[in-house]
Amino acid sequence: MLSYAFRRVLSAIPIALIAVTVCFFILRLAPGGPFDGERALPPNVLANLRAHYNLDQPLINQYFIYVWRLLHGDLGPSMVIEGFSVSRLIAIGFPFTLTLALTAFVIATAIGVLAGMFAAVNQNKWPDYVLVLLVMVGVIIPNFLMAALLQLWFGVYLGWFPAGGWVTGSWMHLVLPVTVLAWPHAGRISRLMRGSMIEVLGSNYVRTARAKGLGERIVMARHAIKPALIPVVSYLGPGLSYLLTGSLAVEQVFGLPGIGKYFVTAALNRDYGIVLGTTILYMFIILALNLIVDLVYAWLDPKVRYR
Amino acid sequence: MKITTALKAVTTAGAFALMMSTAASAVTLQMHNGGDPGSLDPHKVSGDWENRVVGDYIEGLVTEDAGGNPIAGQAESWEISEDGTVYTFKLRDEAMWTDGTPVTAHDFVFAFQRLFDPATASDYAYLQYPIKNSAAINSGEITDFDQLGVKALDDKTVEITLEAATPFFLDALTHYTAFPVPKHLVEEHGDAWIEMENIAANGPYKIVEWLPGSYVRSEKNEDYYDAENVQIDEVYYHVLEDQAAALNRYRAGEFDILTDFPSDQYAWMQENIPGETHVEPFLGVYYYVINQEVEPFDDVRVREALSISILREVIGPDILGTGEIPAYGWVPPGTGNYVEEAYMPEWANMPYEERVARATELMTEAGYGPDNPLDLTLRYNTNDNHQRIAVAIAAMWEPIGVNVELFNSEVAVHYDALRAGDFQVGRAGWLLDYNDPSNTLDLLKTGIEQEGTMNWGNNYGRYSNEEFDALMADAATELDLEARGQILADAEAIAMDEFGAIPIYWYVSKNVVKPYISGFEDNAKDVHRTRWLSKTEE
Repeated sequence: MLSYAFRRVLSAIPIALIAVTVCFFILRLAPGGPFDGERALPPNVLANLRAHYNLDQPLINQYFIYVWRLLHGDLGPSMVIEGFSVSRLIAIGFPFTLTLALTAFVIATAIGVLAGMFAAVNQNKWPDYVLVLLVMVGVIIPNFLMAALLQLWFGVYLGWFPAGGWVTGSWMHLVLPVTVLAWPHAGRISRLMRGSMIEVLGSNYVRTARAKGLGERIVMARHAIKPALIPVVSYLGPGLSYLLTGSLAVEQVFGLPGIGKYFVTAALNRDYGIVLGTTILYMFIILALNLIVDLVYAWLDPKVRYR
Repeated sequence: MKITTALKAVTTAGAFALMMSTAASAVTLQMHNGGDPGSLDPHKVSGDWENRVVGDYIEGLVTEDAGGNPIAGQAESWEISEDGTVYTFKLRDEAMWTDGTPVTAHDFVFAFQRLFDPATASDYAYLQYPIKNSAAINSGEITDFDQLGVKALDDKTVEITLEAATPFFLDALTHYTAFPVPKHLVEEHGDAWIEMENIAANGPYKIVEWLPGSYVRSEKNEDYYDAENVQIDEVYYHVLEDQAAALNRYRAGEFDILTDFPSDQYAWMQENIPGETHVEPFLGVYYYVINQEVEPFDDVRVREALSISILREVIGPDILGTGEIPAYGWVPPGTGNYVEEAYMPEWANMPYEERVARATELMTEAGYGPDNPLDLTLRYNTNDNHQRIAVAIAAMWEPIGVNVELFNSEVAVHYDALRAGDFQVGRAGWLLDYNDPSNTLDLLKTGIEQEGTMNWGNNYGRYSNEEFDALMADAATELDLEARGQILADAEAIAMDEFGAIPIYWYVSKNVVKPYISGFEDNAKDVHRTRWLSKTEE
């Protein structure tokens, strides 16, 4: 399995290079540039700015300059936020986005798995229906609306939690943003868990386990949970990357210092450096998550083997 | 062991309580500031959200009072030569950077040279073009910076020589492009002088923290010459572009001042938080440009028909809901150095039905009608309000035989298209950089030919009229303010009578201020420096 993991990591290199190349050129196809704002810049000023960021060179040269810097771990400067390199913006914002996403991920996964099991055991009884309702609410309401609603109810009307902002080390400031992120994630996981649990509970080996006189608790713990988790695990990778990239609306509404918003605003501002930097970061995260999920499969399911 | 632990806990708690009590006595202002600053360097910023932060930590020769009027800043006094071209400023003896270095005339000379240095690539350097040789240095024609009209006569005396008398020059000096920078720090650190570990302030506040995406935090500068009258000890400039979220946080008591709010909430706010909303005329015009290089928009009849068929009275109160004032001219009401009577075309007072009838007639003359409608594309940058206005105006144009296709794109693409002349009718807006009519009228001057191509600057519609250009040139050299105002008014009338652009409404500033904040004076520049504010109790 170690050599498999090693090969997977190696194969990520050409994938990364292709992604960077495609991204670099697609970005330049978009009309407008980083210095097009409401007001025209004097031509000589614009020329100086373009020269400063190497934008005056042929595109192919710019590409090689970028890749060369990238190989040295330099993501280049931000063209719109003066004085911050892309690496530094990511270094400031990413730990925050990661904290937010991981907290939501852990909470949502735990709640989702437990709720799914509970629903499966109480199939078609009222707890099952209540759960379906909660899941639906979480999945149907888009997160920017959910964020605004929670902000209004719990921040303004009830005043239980801060309505936004970030104070280092204050978990109270995380409650509402994490809830918004975790809710739909927990909902999807509970549906997956419920479905696969019902299937497993009806399978032959569970019937055999019960037939040989094992208690319901042991049947669940020893025989049912592990196989029932397989579809959930396959969702966890995409799920976490969804949480990481989906933090945009939450960060915007609550005014949090994560990188989710750069992903969108930088694209609109044509801040080439930030768009490429965040894309590369997310690409590596997704590649890594897929690898981890594949490895966890092997542990869960004896039928999966890697060469 | 147990006792020591308990003791430790008690002392820690005590120290903590002490910290809390000092923290509680410090007055903190929580200001909603919109976007993230693009920079903290006065030569590199360009937005009002940057001005709020930068103008609190750096002060120019002159600064703004609570009402936005120019008053003595780092200069305690000044003299203006009789012909109005030489300004001599005497700096305050106590003017000091926060690192203990005195603010000298050399900082100002250095700052102006840096501003105009083409290598600095400052967006707004042109605002200080009244200064002698500045434009030539900025464009690279003159490379000897010593020829710039800013000189240090001694350590505490700055002499500024202008190309010609400029009535709004003191006002222009309040702008951040005229701010000094600490020469010693910029020489040592280059552009990195604004990093938190290097930065120094000479204004009422000093920046202590910048968390991109969340806030900038400044603390009171105890060395500031007027520090004893500065009431707020600490300011948070919060980054939050989502206006609805900002309003929620204001209602939750997390913000003391909102610098913008969602228009559709205005009615609710007037009802529920009366007296806290400040909606005031603001020096700026929202307008549509018509590309006069393409047919049939070179035909003045078509432009007139398009303009007079817009019912501006419904746009502010009904479509936006914030009461923006209908605009019929090009110079916003309240602009200084201008004539008493604002430009008002005759058709503005005609009943709307008559205007539509006249517009239909004009369109028929120009060859368009119900059977042969004019198809035009109306471009705007993606934004709910722009869209609502565009939809409403498209509906107003339909009866006069105009078929409108709406086209929206993000800001960068939109303005790129306007500049390239790749549009028929497009949305634009202009907020005045300084309080003078020339600032909007310059937008309609004929472009300049450069290296074989026409550079139209911000005159997106390519309006061109020799008489207008001649009047603008006359105004630039006219010393008598009243005569100059009249010349500019004549120019405005020419451009508006020819429908060189379609003004739609005058902007309003939209602030929301908690009742316990005092010193917040509404003004047409919408500048409210923190040093004038105070917070009584919550």
